[in-house]
Amino acid sequence: MMKGTIIKYGDNVDTDVIIPARYLNTSDIQELAKHCMEDLDKDFVNKVKPGDLMVAGKNFGSGSSREHAPAVIKASGISCVIAETFARIFYRNAINIGLPIMESPEAARDIEDGDQVSVDVYSGLITNITKNKTYQGTPFPGFMQDIMKAEGLINYVREKGE
Amino acid sequence: MGMTMTQKILAAHAGLDKVEAGQLIMANLDLVLGNDITSPVAIKEFEKIGVEEVFDKSKVAIVPDHFTPNKDIKSAEQCKFIREFARDREIENYFEIGEMGIEHALIPEKGLVVSGDVVIGADSHTCTYGALGAFSTGVGSTDMAAGMASGQAWFKVPEAIKIVLTGSLPKWVSGKDVILHIIGMIGVDGALYQSMEYTGPGVASLSMDDRFTIANMAIEAGAKNGIFEVDNKTVAYMKEHSTREYTIYKADEDADYSRVIEIDLSTLRPTVAFPHLPDNTRTIDEVGDVPIDQVVIGSCTNGRIEDLRAAAEILKGRKVHKGIRTIIFPATQKIYLQAMKEGLLEIFIEAGAAVSTPTCGPCLGGHMGILAAGERAVATTNRNFVGRMGHPESEVYLASPAVAAASAVSGRISSPEEVVK
Repeated sequence: MMKGTIIKYGDNVDTDVIIPARYLNTSDIQELAKHCMEDLDKDFVNKVKPGDLMVAGKNFGSGSSREHAPAVIKASGISCVIAETFARIFYRNAINIGLPIMESPEAARDIEDGDQVSVDVYSGLITNITKNKTYQGTPFPGFMQDIMKAEGLINYVREKGE
Repeated sequence: MGMTMTQKILAAHAGLDKVEAGQLIMANLDLVLGNDITSPVAIKEFEKIGVEEVFDKSKVAIVPDHFTPNKDIKSAEQCKFIREFARDREIENYFEIGEMGIEHALIPEKGLVVSGDVVIGADSHTCTYGALGAFSTGVGSTDMAAGMASGQAWFKVPEAIKIVLTGSLPKWVSGKDVILHIIGMIGVDGALYQSMEYTGPGVASLSMDDRFTIANMAIEAGAKNGIFEVDNKTVAYMKEHSTREYTIYKADEDADYSRVIEIDLSTLRPTVAFPHLPDNTRTIDEVGDVPIDQVVIGSCTNGRIEDLRAAAEILKGRKVHKGIRTIIFPATQKIYLQAMKEGLLEIFIEAGAAVSTPTCGPCLGGHMGILAAGERAVATTNRNFVGRMGHPESEVYLASPAVAAASAVSGRISSPEEVVK
């Protein structure tokens, strides 16, 4: 169960604004996380607190396949991203690196910046504590849940191999 | 219910007679690809898996093309790291500076993909190889790592949009205009999680270079892959570039499509995508007066020989408008050499353009043509997001090589017809 304060953005948040390519001459995620969301919201890195949740509109994570994008969101302390829809490579990457994500158009539209929200990624239940409302998100299919539980594809592959 | 082209390829690679949209499958891979930005992350993950060897040394390709020739010390360190991995693991398809090119122009040219293949690449424009009738899609570094170790990847079988092409393209209208027109019509998430399957009598009129451009930007519509029906031109291309066996898949007559779009190629106009989304398109007739500072011709989308020929046709005997930085990037060494033999490089240099060695550089705001605040570029690249080519307050307008070259001559976004009278 994830619980925290919402930081909200709009539609088509692309991976270039999540982590601009100009910084990708390193793959050090802690270093890169200092620039998370920089071209969209310069203040993000100052205001984000461990456990906060991110909410956005349609097509979150569109563009480049850079896995650094979900990785810097996770490293900056975000516990879960809720969106109307996710771009497919970002969706895959988030599962593969163990960043919890949830599709729910209703929640993504209704939840506002600053709301207190909790999410159960296994049942898909999203609770807006501030507004006293619940929304049903789309839970992952079984084997994706297994990848999430293993905290990413590599651990999952290793555990299966053992 | 029958299967789409993509579904047939995926079924064959999962050892199944039949698959349907939404089904989760494990598929065998014919090629796993990475570049200098995504491979370092993939290699670190690969090493955590604990296997000694990659699944097949001939089926992994690593191309240092993004921040190369190395733009700074950190980039050089990243490239050194992947170079050493390629050497130690005996990766057969590692292409060093001097023999390399932009990965999605290079891989087909080297004959590493043929129709019927399943390819994953840790680069979103891996969808380019759909032009050859292959299923190819972009993934992240962890998928690349797992693919290098196991030779497999998981997929959710996509549904598809069928795009039926008729007619043929008018003068100065190219594959770039076709794909910008489609993205403008369906939006940047118009094909989310889906295949874009191109068929119809109009396909035959499109060159392979046009098809590569169209398949390349499937991702800009959110698609999993773009794929063309195989015809004589595809077969001729594969025979010229590859010795590998190929398999041709055709969609079943009764395949299910989420949507069918018909496009008469003869009605299309040169098309430009305004900042800051590729679906923000206007025809050249609706552009208005947009002065520019820079022109970039190249990238995995439009750095092939026909693209350079189109630019040269306009730049020949003309001069780049004073003060417009015009940078041209042949996408591979082979294309560079061909352009030299055809006299295209001389035309570019005489016109006042700079010609560079192959690199993804400016397309992703890496190096070799970064924009300052308030500057505008017309680029034949694939994305015009905020900050894509440099400062977050700069602007990128996506267009064909012909429009880009015409704009270089006039100093504002222009139709080729306006410049070549």
